Amino acid sequence: MGSNMAECHPVAFRWPLKAKTEHGAVLMHVDPRFTRTSAMCDIHAQIRAGTDIVFLGALINYVINSKRWKTEPFFREYAVNYTNAATLVNADYKDTEDMKGVFSGFSADGKYYENGSWAYQRNAAPAPSVTEAVTFSDLLLQRVPGRPKTDPTLTDPQSVFQIVKKHYSRYTPEMVENVCGCPRDVFFKVAETLLNNSGRDRTSNITYAVGWTQHTVGVQIIRCAGMLQALLGNIGRPGGGVLALRGHASIQGSTDIATLYHSLPGYLNMPDARRPHGTLKDFILTEAVPLSTSYWGNYPKFAVSYFKAQFGDAATKENNYGYDYHPKITRDHSHMPMFIDMMNGIVKGFLVMGQNPAVGGQNARYQRKALAKLDWMVVRDFYETETSAFWRNSPEIKSGELKTSEIMTEVFFLPSATVPEMEGSLTNTQRLLQYHERAADPIGEARSNLWFTYHIGRKLKELYKDSTNDRDWAIKNLLWNYEAEPSEIADTRIKDEPSAYKVLKEINGYVWGDKKPLPTFANLKEDGSTVCGAWIYTGVIPEEGKNFASRRQSDNWISPNWGFAWPANRHIMYNRASADLEGRPWSEKKKLVYWDANADSGVKDAAGKPVLGKWVSPAGDGIDFALTKKPGSQGKDNGIGFDWLGGSDPFIMRPDGKAWLFAPFGTVDGPLPTHYEPYESPVHNTVYKQQSNPVAKVWNVPGNPYHIVADPKYPYVISTYRLTEHYLSGTMSRWLPWLAELMPELFCEISPELAALKGVKNGSYVTIRTARGEIEARALVTRRMKPFALKGKTVHQIGMPWHWGWQGTARGDVVNNLSALVADPNVSIHEGKVFTCNLRAGRVTRKGGKA
Amino acid sequence: MAKGMFVDASICTGCKACQVACKEWNGLAPEPAHFRSDAETRIVANNFTGNSYDNTGTLSATDWRHVRFIEQINQQRKGSRWLFSSDSCKHCTDAGCLNVCPVKAIERDPLGNVVIRQDRCKGVKACNKGCPYGVSKYSAVSNTSRKCTLCDDRIHNGLGTACAKACPTGSIRFGEVSELKKIADARLAQLQELGQKKANIYGYTQAKGLNVFYLLMDKPSVYGLPDNPVVPQRTQDVASSGSTIMNAMAFGLAALVSFRERGSRKKLSEKEPKVSGG
Repeated sequence: MGSNMAECHPVAFRWPLKAKTEHGAVLMHVDPRFTRTSAMCDIHAQIRAGTDIVFLGALINYVINSKRWKTEPFFREYAVNYTNAATLVNADYKDTEDMKGVFSGFSADGKYYENGSWAYQRNAAPAPSVTEAVTFSDLLLQRVPGRPKTDPTLTDPQSVFQIVKKHYSRYTPEMVENVCGCPRDVFFKVAETLLNNSGRDRTSNITYAVGWTQHTVGVQIIRCAGMLQALLGNIGRPGGGVLALRGHASIQGSTDIATLYHSLPGYLNMPDARRPHGTLKDFILTEAVPLSTSYWGNYPKFAVSYFKAQFGDAATKENNYGYDYHPKITRDHSHMPMFIDMMNGIVKGFLVMGQNPAVGGQNARYQRKALAKLDWMVVRDFYETETSAFWRNSPEIKSGELKTSEIMTEVFFLPSATVPEMEGSLTNTQRLLQYHERAADPIGEARSNLWFTYHIGRKLKELYKDSTNDRDWAIKNLLWNYEAEPSEIADTRIKDEPSAYKVLKEINGYVWGDKKPLPTFANLKEDGSTVCGAWIYTGVIPEEGKNFASRRQSDNWISPNWGFAWPANRHIMYNRASADLEGRPWSEKKKLVYWDANADSGVKDAAGKPVLGKWVSPAGDGIDFALTKKPGSQGKDNGIGFDWLGGSDPFIMRPDGKAWLFAPFGTVDGPLPTHYEPYESPVHNTVYKQQSNPVAKVWNVPGNPYHIVADPKYPYVISTYRLTEHYLSGTMSRWLPWLAELMPELFCEISPELAALKGVKNGSYVTIRTARGEIEARALVTRRMKPFALKGKTVHQIGMPWHWGWQGTARGDVVNNLSALVADPNVSIHEGKVFTCNLRAGRVTRKGGKA
Repeated sequence: MAKGMFVDASICTGCKACQVACKEWNGLAPEPAHFRSDAETRIVANNFTGNSYDNTGTLSATDWRHVRFIEQINQQRKGSRWLFSSDSCKHCTDAGCLNVCPVKAIERDPLGNVVIRQDRCKGVKACNKGCPYGVSKYSAVSNTSRKCTLCDDRIHNGLGTACAKACPTGSIRFGEVSELKKIADARLAQLQELGQKKANIYGYTQAKGLNVFYLLMDKPSVYGLPDNPVVPQRTQDVASSGSTIMNAMAFGLAALVSFRERGSRKKLSEKEPKVSGG
């Protein structure tokens, strides 16, 4: 669901096909469109775009009320012990069922939630094990909360299980039919197949991509899948899980190393001037205390080692390891608000690397106009992208809205090396770091991204080296020691290319004193003696000169000696859950990690005798648990990290060690996934009175108008997406004639029913319009598109791939001229998968004749 | 032992990587007919067809591979199928192109592949008509006919074909034809067991056996393949390309002969359940 894997991840799709042809796996596709993925699947359930939570909620309802789930002990054992199903929630929690579609804690101004009522009921806090706090960890030890209260019978009305059960009781097959427009027999087929393929001997996987993220309820859709998989016992086990397909070769890596504005490398939070982050102590108290009873109990070690990696010798205990000089965010700096700030003259300069917002940006007309407000812009790319050419030939120049002579933006275009011309590691969709060597030197003046970033940093440091301003402390003291060794540049013409190895070594972490790499993040310290750029990557360079990302030894199973999977070469996260409460594999067939009572743990007891018993993984997967923590053993009530967790708490990154069916915190839009219509929808929400996500990010700014619900001017649903033949905004594909001729021109997929209604002939031009913009495309009339018959209304949906722009060899209008600035409140991803539009036969009438 | 390819259409995702890999390895230009020139800077693709996701349409002198897209979706959207299959030269055992080439520019390599020797081809175009699949195509740029060589240069150096190498799902496999047939038979049996009644193998009997053969999910005609390809037979030595009347007569005659042969061969194949039923 939420993925068109065969088209957008064509190489990875070999594995589902292998499972199908060699192991008889059943492939199901739940998607608004019939795509090349649907064509390869055994079952295709076609649902109206934006109704995924109804479908998933109905699956949850079906599963927990099924005879099999209620009678097979496996499901109950997994749910009671490994999820928070048994945990009791505060008595003042109110569900959407009682609140007309919102949860308790909804603010009076309707803009946000206070999540206090979503919290767990807890026992009294234990007596702290330390009285005086010397270290940051001591601060956490002083603040350990009482254990959550539970009801293992799952009957307490305040238990998560009962709350979940009640919440989804109205998500029925009838609702799937009426809201999703998917016949109930198809729903039953999906539900039965999923249930039958889950249990002790079998596991099912759910795979998603941006088809789920690009919604105003994107995070909640994914959470809903996680809940379903947890209830089916499909997490932490081979063949199970919720697999996120990342959209770009190393987009996983760029999230890990934090190109996102609100996080630091390794998923630490970014210091934020709006939160109680005044000092490093405040930062740790705010961010680490709520998580201290998980593996995040080591937060202080990760954070201090990170700051030490930024500032080296200059980072001392006295100056909070440079924390006071580290940048802090002051507002929402995600992509869309950044462009609004650009439009308003707040953001004045812009470095564009690996991005083409003039095509890929939402409400692209708005974003192009914002570029015209900049003082300067640097674009590094292979070709003159639409972003770099906006000032001379964009649609706004052609229409006269912008005049080249009046645009003051100074545009610098720098040629970039291509991927085979760069050295470094890519982190793929399964968290696997794979190193690639430089295959050839870049041509002419083209240079690697690393080269550019390194030298711009170096030159900035040079410019500031004599500054006596305290505010320049950070750039002056930035640790920037990536000069290549002679052997690293022996075979390249680019003699000032920096060392990618040294960057990775810093990310991995090393002892500051002797510069020796750290083999595991368990070695990290909170006293400034270790540096570590991103704790989750520790172990990729376990010793000097040894790079696990370069390993290329495969086997027919986990392949632990191929590359390096973060964290600690764990390929299947939370894999303690692949064994039962007593540590035995759930079944021989699904054996992965289990407790071997006779294995030498490597630890000696007081008498010097070896202590027997440890977790083992014959297939070689990294064990995502404390190696010698006995199954069923109790955690320490006043401990932090692994000390607090018990021997049957597999979900070690959660502060209760459980998979969360109910989120007591962490999501800003509610503890349970709930069906809200997309921000722009042709229909009213028939599930709740609340129409759309009440706290979705909305920007009511000039140039970004929205459509009202069921707007007669914009009656059709539109989805935007990618094709196999092109890549994202087309920079890597539209300039290549071999790819251009495969998909030459922008097109719009329309059902024959809608085509007949609008008098559109296959292959002719159509004009598509929203309040943001108007574009033209060739019509591709196909039954793969389907009108959805809802209760009392037919909803037509069209689809448009968004690869094209006005530059390059394959050209077409920019589909994002149509989309809006509107986003999920948790992660600020736009709603590109569903909004409304109108469509007519014929071409756009443009000022000054045909464009 | 003949080398060839097995194309399993049941696991083809229509990604067209084979088309691009073929062009890249063989240094084939973009098809000129797919582009218009643009006054501003460069060429612009203008070959949108509206025929599903197929914009290249056919094999050509620069397109040695072509992926077909067949949408089988009824008005109720029940039992919908979207079939894909990657087409190329089949390197027939009884190769019409080779049979009719008046200048003997087309050769069968010891590895079984049928190659138009570019240094000997005179651009007569006889093979363009002689191929029952319309594979061989004339190029005005080189004044020769051109088609897939089964990556002649690769396979003589221990490599498989470029398309098979690029295929992400294993839909295109390169190898010994006899080995590939075993894989094909097993896959067909598996599909039939799963109730795919229309699945069939194409190429065991046609043109005395195709070294590049297919597992199809529907009748060959659905994929644009003739059930019974008519293979023109070798004529008497044709001295020059000038004797077009002779050629034409020979074609006609060959076609007649081929029809007769086909009838008898078909009967034969029906006696061999392995061929039709796996």
